[in-house]
Amino acid sequence: MSSNFGSMPLRYRISIDRKQCMECGRCIDNCSYGVFRRDGDRILINSRKCTACHRCLTYCPRDAIMLEEQPCDYRSHPVWTRAVRESIYNQSRTGKIILAGMGSVSNLPIIFDHLMLDACQVTTPPTDPLREPVELRTYLGKKPSRLDFKQKANGDVELSTELAPNLMVETPILLGHMSFGAISLNAHISMARAAQETGTYMGTGEGGLHPGLYPYQDRMIVQIASGRFGVNIDYLERGAAIELKLGQGAKPGIGGHLPGEKVSADVSKTRMIPEGSDAISPAPHHDIYGIEDLPQLVRSVREATGGKKPIFAKIAAVNNNAENVVAVARSGVDAIAIDGFRGGTGAAPRVFRDHVGIPIEVAIATADKELRKQGLRNEVSLIACGSIRESADVMKSIALGADAVYIATAALAAMGCRVCGNCYQGLCPWGIATQRQDLVDRLNPDVASKQVANLIHAWTLEITELMGAAGINSIESLRGNRDRLRGYMLDEGLLNILDVKSVGA
Amino acid sequence: MAKKVTIDAKGVHYTPLNQQVRKAIADGAGEIVINNVLGQRFIGNGLRGDATIRVNGVAGGDLAMFMSGPTVIVHGNAEHAPGNTMDSGKVVIHGSAGDAVAHSMRGGKVFVRGDIGYRGGIHMKQYQAQRPILVVGGSAQTFLGEYMAGGLLIVLGLDGVMKAREIGSGIHGGEIVIRGDVDDACLASGAKKVPLTDEDRARIVPVLREFADDFGLDAEPLVKANYTRIVPASARPFAGKYTWE
Repeated sequence: MSSNFGSMPLRYRISIDRKQCMECGRCIDNCSYGVFRRDGDRILINSRKCTACHRCLTYCPRDAIMLEEQPCDYRSHPVWTRAVRESIYNQSRTGKIILAGMGSVSNLPIIFDHLMLDACQVTTPPTDPLREPVELRTYLGKKPSRLDFKQKANGDVELSTELAPNLMVETPILLGHMSFGAISLNAHISMARAAQETGTYMGTGEGGLHPGLYPYQDRMIVQIASGRFGVNIDYLERGAAIELKLGQGAKPGIGGHLPGEKVSADVSKTRMIPEGSDAISPAPHHDIYGIEDLPQLVRSVREATGGKKPIFAKIAAVNNNAENVVAVARSGVDAIAIDGFRGGTGAAPRVFRDHVGIPIEVAIATADKELRKQGLRNEVSLIACGSIRESADVMKSIALGADAVYIATAALAAMGCRVCGNCYQGLCPWGIATQRQDLVDRLNPDVASKQVANLIHAWTLEITELMGAAGINSIESLRGNRDRLRGYMLDEGLLNILDVKSVGA
Repeated sequence: MAKKVTIDAKGVHYTPLNQQVRKAIADGAGEIVINNVLGQRFIGNGLRGDATIRVNGVAGGDLAMFMSGPTVIVHGNAEHAPGNTMDSGKVVIHGSAGDAVAHSMRGGKVFVRGDIGYRGGIHMKQYQAQRPILVVGGSAQTFLGEYMAGGLLIVLGLDGVMKAREIGSGIHGGEIVIRGDVDDACLASGAKKVPLTDEDRARIVPVLREFADDFGLDAEPLVKANYTRIVPASARPFAGKYTWE
């Protein structure tokens, strides 16, 4: 007997409307968690195994299945919440750190939802995007602080300033880094095709580049993380850009850990580690023990790739965000992705996920402000990430100073993910966060890539409309344009930090 | 006979220097001699092929980082992290080297005749036929073989006392072989000592002979010496730390 708790109250309860059910068994086939089983002509239910992934509901031809969350009440208490009590029960039974999937579940206010966008009325006219072009094309990378020209003998003028390599994206929405290992090859292929179709890029995460993605390598940002998994010169040369992962919003200050169970033959080949072995990414890069070491790594990667590729760095948004961003900018990178505290993950310690870091809205605003103050804004592009949920979040991020955004959980949702947060189980019935081939096969890249591309396209259209309504015909005019934002029910201190006026002002 | 190119690095910034090296390789040079090297970084960085690069002077940081194939021989010391994330090839350093030598190295060999700094062999890893080897003639500093996930790390301690403590913290693959005895107090959690068996010795002898040969040492005393072998106590040092929500 490991504890005296007995069984915990159910998280979810699955019920079948027996009048509707025709015992076809699709729920049994679809549920990889083992909720359903057949007993004679009856389908039995074990709700305890349910993750609320909705796969059974989706595939029930009779809409006979219903799911209820938290069917059993605890005595309500504002301090000793269900989550707090259940964590205590878990840890008093196990004595261990609690890991959880997906991003923060803390019920904290979301700043994006308290920022309102501007539109034109009579004092300035709106732009109609159907009639007039609204330019969303974005170049990520260093911009020269000045341009020099020389005149040729025939009188023509040509640019003599050497330009740094930039990534051209047709829309300021990129697909963020999720590793092969954390998610499936079909999920990666789907996103890569969507990136190609929509003129944007996707991140590889730290799992290396599977040969199945080589056809899309011009659309890939290859990542170097502290574990250096899958990193060699071939990998660096294949990517369109290279990202140094220095931190992650869901778990700032700690490393990552892909358990051996997920290191399948294919993942093993891509990460270049033995099959079934744990892939441990340390908290720091062990060749970066101080800020003076970061420029060495940046320059080393630049040197190895002949200076032809933009180099990104990704950091988690924490207290000294502005200082961190400036330090990274001075290391010579071309773009900095800042991951807010609501950023997603396959698995993170719950205590980090819910309690460490700062919101992306604040991090982008303070980064942009400090970079401008120090005359460095042209040296780096800023990418906002960590809970970009809709086109309005993209608009608001850019108005707060970002050049573009990374989306990740939203892209998974576009492929079917229901944000059930059980990625770590490796049994994703949607074929996304799993390496089990029968489950991976459920995700058809022909279909899923279209869905991801649709999402990017739809958001792009909405951004175009929002910009037109605000009379802005180019994304450059929106970037850092805080006058197009107003804070609604935000306190004065936060408005000052964001450099945004209150509604009515 | 392989084409030989000589480059004078005196006062040359690392970028043009490395461009000259790349150009020499592209032009078919089999041997490149770089004289008057004084801390230029990233020599051999990301290079492919089978050229031999001789560095006369002190090599700067990240020597042979991401290198895949060539041989780099340094007649002098090397700074921070030679062999960093190296894929294959060989680095021979006749002097000493700085911290994080062979960091995340996946394949090839790094031989250092003198001492190395802290975190030597950190997160070395292996994959199929790729098995990195780091051999240190002198002493290593603390956190030797930290996070090690694969490969072979040998420290010979030829020049006196071995200074490394906290050996093998977080080691979950590979092996560390140290000449002589190692006090239990010098082992980090996650590492354990095991006897060097005859099979183990047979496995490391070719490496010892190659090392001795590269530096003009008598191999026999090394082949016959007593060694301590340090391996992971568990392949999954973090497995017992977590529970699921």
